[in-house]
Amino acid sequence: MSSETITHGHAVQATAHAHDEHGHDHHHEESFLTKYIFSTDHKMIGKQFLITGMIWAIIGGLFSVLFRLQLGYPEMSFPFLEDLFGKWAAGGRITNEFYYALVTMHGTILVFFVLTAGLSGTFANILIPLQIGARDMASGFLNMLSYWFFFLASVVMFASLFIQTGPASGGWTIYPPLSALGQASEGSKLGMDFWLISMALFIVSSLLGGLNYISTILNLRTKGMSMTRMPLTIWAIFFTAVLGVLSFPVLLSGAVLLLFDRNLGTSFYLSEIVVKGEILPNEGGSAILFQHLFWFLGHPEVYIILLPAMGMVSEILSVNSRKPIFGYLAMVGSLFAICILAFLVWAHHMFVTGLNPFLGAFFVLLTLLIAVPSAIKVFNWLTTIWRGNIRFTPGMLFAIGFVSLFISGGLTGIFLGNSTLDIHLHDTYFVVAHFHIVMGVASFFGMFAGVYHWFPKMYGRYLNTTMAYIHFWVTFVGAYLIFWPMHYQGLAGMPRRYSDFSNWQSFNQFADMNRFISTVAMVVFAVQLLFVFNFFYSIFKGRKVKSQNPWGANTLEWTTPINPGHGNWPGDIPEVHRWAYDYGKDGREFIPQTEPVGANESAH
Amino acid sequence: MSGYFILAILTLAFVVTFQIAKASEYVSVLKGEEKAFRQNNRINAFLFIAFLVLGLAAAWWCNEEYYKKTLMAQPSASDQGEKVDFMLMLTFAVTGLVFLITQILLFWFAFKYQYREKRQAFYFPHNNKLELIWTVVPAIFLTVLVGLGMFYWFKMTGDAPKDAQLVEITGKQFNWMVRYPGKDNVFGRKNYRLTDASNGNALGVDWEDAASHDDVEATEVHLVVGKPVKLVIGAQDVIHDVGLVHFRMKMDAVPGIPTTMWFTPKYTTAQMKEITGNKDFVYEISCDQMCGSGHYSMRGVIVVETQEEFDAWMTSKKPQYVTVKEAAAPAPVADSTATSKPLAQLN
Repeated sequence: MSSETITHGHAVQATAHAHDEHGHDHHHEESFLTKYIFSTDHKMIGKQFLITGMIWAIIGGLFSVLFRLQLGYPEMSFPFLEDLFGKWAAGGRITNEFYYALVTMHGTILVFFVLTAGLSGTFANILIPLQIGARDMASGFLNMLSYWFFFLASVVMFASLFIQTGPASGGWTIYPPLSALGQASEGSKLGMDFWLISMALFIVSSLLGGLNYISTILNLRTKGMSMTRMPLTIWAIFFTAVLGVLSFPVLLSGAVLLLFDRNLGTSFYLSEIVVKGEILPNEGGSAILFQHLFWFLGHPEVYIILLPAMGMVSEILSVNSRKPIFGYLAMVGSLFAICILAFLVWAHHMFVTGLNPFLGAFFVLLTLLIAVPSAIKVFNWLTTIWRGNIRFTPGMLFAIGFVSLFISGGLTGIFLGNSTLDIHLHDTYFVVAHFHIVMGVASFFGMFAGVYHWFPKMYGRYLNTTMAYIHFWVTFVGAYLIFWPMHYQGLAGMPRRYSDFSNWQSFNQFADMNRFISTVAMVVFAVQLLFVFNFFYSIFKGRKVKSQNPWGANTLEWTTPINPGHGNWPGDIPEVHRWAYDYGKDGREFIPQTEPVGANESAH
Repeated sequence: MSGYFILAILTLAFVVTFQIAKASEYVSVLKGEEKAFRQNNRINAFLFIAFLVLGLAAAWWCNEEYYKKTLMAQPSASDQGEKVDFMLMLTFAVTGLVFLITQILLFWFAFKYQYREKRQAFYFPHNNKLELIWTVVPAIFLTVLVGLGMFYWFKMTGDAPKDAQLVEITGKQFNWMVRYPGKDNVFGRKNYRLTDASNGNALGVDWEDAASHDDVEATEVHLVVGKPVKLVIGAQDVIHDVGLVHFRMKMDAVPGIPTTMWFTPKYTTAQMKEITGNKDFVYEISCDQMCGSGHYSMRGVIVVETQEEFDAWMTSKKPQYVTVKEAAAPAPVADSTATSKPLAQLN
């Protein structure tokens, strides 16, 4: 491919340099600033996304521990909370404003900053060039900007935690009028403006990244790497990027209009409002309009989070079962179907907003249609491990955990997507359990699987496996212990986003369960800290990787040196001769993509 | 003090875990990585099958313990809710079956096909017949669920019966306001700019509309058992949601956009006390849409009673218009044509 030499002239230099290490080292020595901060190397940018995402995950996870304290122990007071948070936890009890701020920020942080930027930002960056055989992204500079816009968004969001009236507190979906009217809630004052500005920056980051991913995948594949030979990770990331590029701008428009309503006196979302006795002049707006704009991103967002996890899980299951992924084309097809349908189901979040029931019917049909490609994926994963020769590497454990969680959480989606049942279950703990399992924990499992599987490629070292096993089993068991019982709360109609249930006849029967869930949540959170420790410890002190291809995998990233430099391959970019999944073929354990097809080889 | 103690224990646990983890890494190097790998592999394979068995047992136990605390253990309090309950049970049956089959296969395969030195993985890249089966079979099941769901959905969201009782319910931070249309069965016109809670017009009713003169306002919803009711739902400040768990009904209250919902209560509050065995039972209205810091406390009450009880309650109420006029002008206002002067005061 001629573009290699054009776009990556510097890589040729790097190659020459590798052969002549003692010569003019200093000429190409990168400074700390260009290597670690304003790097244009996709691998470094991926690591930047990952570590920033991990910091956010700790913050977002800690917030959930704090509000679980309130839910699990509503009667108790914790003096240390007042020491830490002052008036927000006066008397050692989490105030209502604080509770809602915590819930809102937990959702915002986990959905956008961790599972969007931290997950697809990380693995799109690290895997795309390495797995398609490119020296770097189509535009290293835009890629760098993508990270730094994300960083800016992070700074603004982080700053909002410290302002006097607190961060946004209207739920991560920030429905107006609540989010539009400072009079209605403390969190709708300055904190909401910060939230909207931060999201605008975040969307810029996501678009820069997404366009780059798409153009890289379409244009920079190495010789022989046809689209149908790409690993499923790359297909998944490709569809993710398409989803993001088409849907994030809609959220941007929704956010900008909300900023106008808040600060410029417009009435896009406001009509006939009396708040705290004050009669507002706004008429003619529609609060429902925002929900349409929000969920037009909001639903694809779920798949933006989930698809990369699916792609990585497909890859890891296949490598560690020593078997090809079952039904490669069906896997690609189902990713495509999910990608299309993701755009056509947003109003299933709005069945009880007064949406025209006739319109609702279409959204039920299209929503439940997603279950078909999802079922195909599950059955194909099951068939992939069937009659394999399974190695339970930490990555593999998390991949199997992902499949289990995806089944559990996916099936409850069949309840919620059906409008008749949604009338009853909408905004109850059933929803909380559903989306935490299928989107939250499952995607996290995909992310963990990816980290454990590609850590040797990222840092040239292994993560400690004993800590990894503890991490997996506690998290896996803990996730079910936390979210399984919540379905029962949902079936009792318990509404989400209540900071206290003790005054309700209908919902106060679950005090013991809430205590149990909160306790498990704290244990699981502590084990995540163990993982974080393992991660940073192993970067410096982990067992070194000695073989170029430690998992015996077929894909191209394992043909690079153990610690690949800028440009990835010291010599020419390898040529690809086959798909990525020739495992266990013709009696051979694995056949790398770079190996030409033999004369007597059986067709797949 | 105990805080530091807990912190110290946690730190200790971390250090111990870390040391064990590091030691086991050294041991595996000494023992030979191949051997250590095989041992770990066997342990994890066993743990998967143990997880399956214990997990299913725990799920069973959880159900025994908590089923009775959910609404599934008591009948739906509305005709419409019975359809929801049926739909719920049917969906449970279908998804439960799929759940069992797939989870058992997943963990069973993980255990059965764990690494063995002599085992050769089976090269099985695709099979069109199998793939067709698991595309078509789920599609058929889903068609049934969608079809039935739609059938009920249209019944429940369709027009309310003509004889339905009208009740208006309006949400504001953080309580519910209720209005009955009175004898004429027509609500008086509203204009949000007339809202003036301190002068008895919290809902912003336009007293110039004669239809408003017999409207009764209340803080509780009273309904007649067996009689369909149509709720006209509104909100003044932010979005709220009228959540009626016992009736299995729910609808958002949106400022500027009135919504409706109808259902037929089946049991009086007194009957529900017997059915649930809870002498404190009340039908509660929960706000199910995040509405601000008092969201969790936005509670309303519905009383379902017999027609006689309802009539007695209704006759005990004075129309809001009359209350307001009495407060505004000590002399009772005889006819509605004289409303313009007090109205000016109200504004």
